[in-house]
Amino acid sequence: MILNASGCLDALTAPDVARSLDAFVTKTVTPLPRGGNAPTRIAEAEGAMLNSIGLANPGIARFLAHSLPPLAALGVPLWVSAGGFAAEDYAEVCGLLDERAEVTTIELNVSCPNVASPAEATEEIVAAARAATSKRLFTKLSPSLPDLADVARAAEAAGTDGLSLVNTLRGVVLDERSLLPVLSTGSGGLSGPALRPVMLAAVYACYRATGLPIVAMGGIETGRHAIDAIAAGASAVALGTVLFRDPAAAARVRLELESEVVERGFQRPLDMRGVAHGSAGAMLSQRTKIPANSSKT
Amino acid sequence: MRREARSVVAVESVGPYRLVRVERGTLDPGDPGQFFMLEAPGRLLPRPMSVCLASAREVGFLLDPIGPGTRALAALQPGERLSLLGPLGRGFDLDVRRPLLVGGGIGVAPLPFLSARLGRPPAVLGFRSQAHAEAAALVPNAEVVVEPTLVTERVPPDRDVLACGPEPMLVALARLVPRAQLAWEAPMACGYGACFGCAVEIRGELRRLCVEGPVLTSGDVLAPEVAAA
Repeated sequence: MILNASGCLDALTAPDVARSLDAFVTKTVTPLPRGGNAPTRIAEAEGAMLNSIGLANPGIARFLAHSLPPLAALGVPLWVSAGGFAAEDYAEVCGLLDERAEVTTIELNVSCPNVASPAEATEEIVAAARAATSKRLFTKLSPSLPDLADVARAAEAAGTDGLSLVNTLRGVVLDERSLLPVLSTGSGGLSGPALRPVMLAAVYACYRATGLPIVAMGGIETGRHAIDAIAAGASAVALGTVLFRDPAAAARVRLELESEVVERGFQRPLDMRGVAHGSAGAMLSQRTKIPANSSKT
Repeated sequence: MRREARSVVAVESVGPYRLVRVERGTLDPGDPGQFFMLEAPGRLLPRPMSVCLASAREVGFLLDPIGPGTRALAALQPGERLSLLGPLGRGFDLDVRRPLLVGGGIGVAPLPFLSARLGRPPAVLGFRSQAHAEAAALVPNAEVVVEPTLVTERVPPDRDVLACGPEPMLVALARLVPRAQLAWEAPMACGYGACFGCAVEIRGELRRLCVEGPVLTSGDVLAPEVAAA
């Protein structure tokens, strides 16, 4: 199953790209509208890009009224990314999304590096969101947490149904001439190929630590990269930065993945889930797959 | 939405700039002011470039090799393949009565294609040096000024201004000419509305230039209270 990483595609301006995915994940929606950060918002580094968009979004009320109906009409299973600055913000957004049948899954963005971090720990946010909705919940974690496996366990205990691994890492790029930061905010979220080994480490650790389905994102550009993520423990993959260069990446990665799976003597991609963990991986791999279009209830 | 690969025909020096000419094939060059995302060899992100020239056989892009991406594009060799995505964005509205093209620096890039489509109207081009001003040869019927003279000193009244250039020039034109069409610039990662990286202030709010532009109007770019006055 191939999704987009939240914030890396606008399904309404590029509907054909959204339809090439097994599910579309929205940009993060917060309780109130946000204009986002001032330009300059993007920069390129070696093997990576930085962004500092700042959770630009119309706010949950306008999203529900104006964005959700046309998104639902695309015919692609819909995941909504929810964000905020306190546990009650997440609860508010989740409560309002709970009433909307068009939404199959809510992804809790508890790890955006471009806004002030929520004061509450991941566990409190997940618990508040869980109390507000019976929809399937995925929790998107930052790879910069020193105790990622512990946080993943805590999120599981608080009621998350899955993990999205990973959000971007904080980075800085300096202008070649002025030596001043290119981004208006100084630092931004690093994504792209440089993030791939970091993503693999997070998926590897959380697969061992929890029994949760995992969507892997971070530098996945090819079928081979998707295989790596699945072998480390992912049950689905999401494409982010690669979509900027190659809007047709999902179809390509799907074909590459299928042929690589067959070449390696497996039938389906998920038959390879956890093989990076050796014989222990085989025991761990009796795990749920993620159906694209069903909510938990 | 799919990238196309095309063979590079030539990369020519035009003063300090480079004109990258690729075979057109079935490529639709779009309207003047629209742009393509060009994949710079060895770089993660493609670079937005407006169409400079479009003939039956070729499409050309003028660029200033000032960063790693534009330098990689300038180093392309004839016969190498270049991936392109486009045409993207909203170009110039060609329904104008008394067109005057105004360009500043590398902002001259979309004007040759625009001039051809509008029947070679008069143009005013400004450059920072005589070397840069060599690019004026690409635009017919052009008056050329070099700093410290500014193009805004040579724009007559009652003209339909279609312009591309640095932001201070475009802002000055917006104040001078109420309904000027101004091709704006911003860093872009995708060019098709996905990344939200190219947001600029349009009608008082941060909006994506690749969706709303890159060609904006004077009213779009001035603060709403200025535009209304």
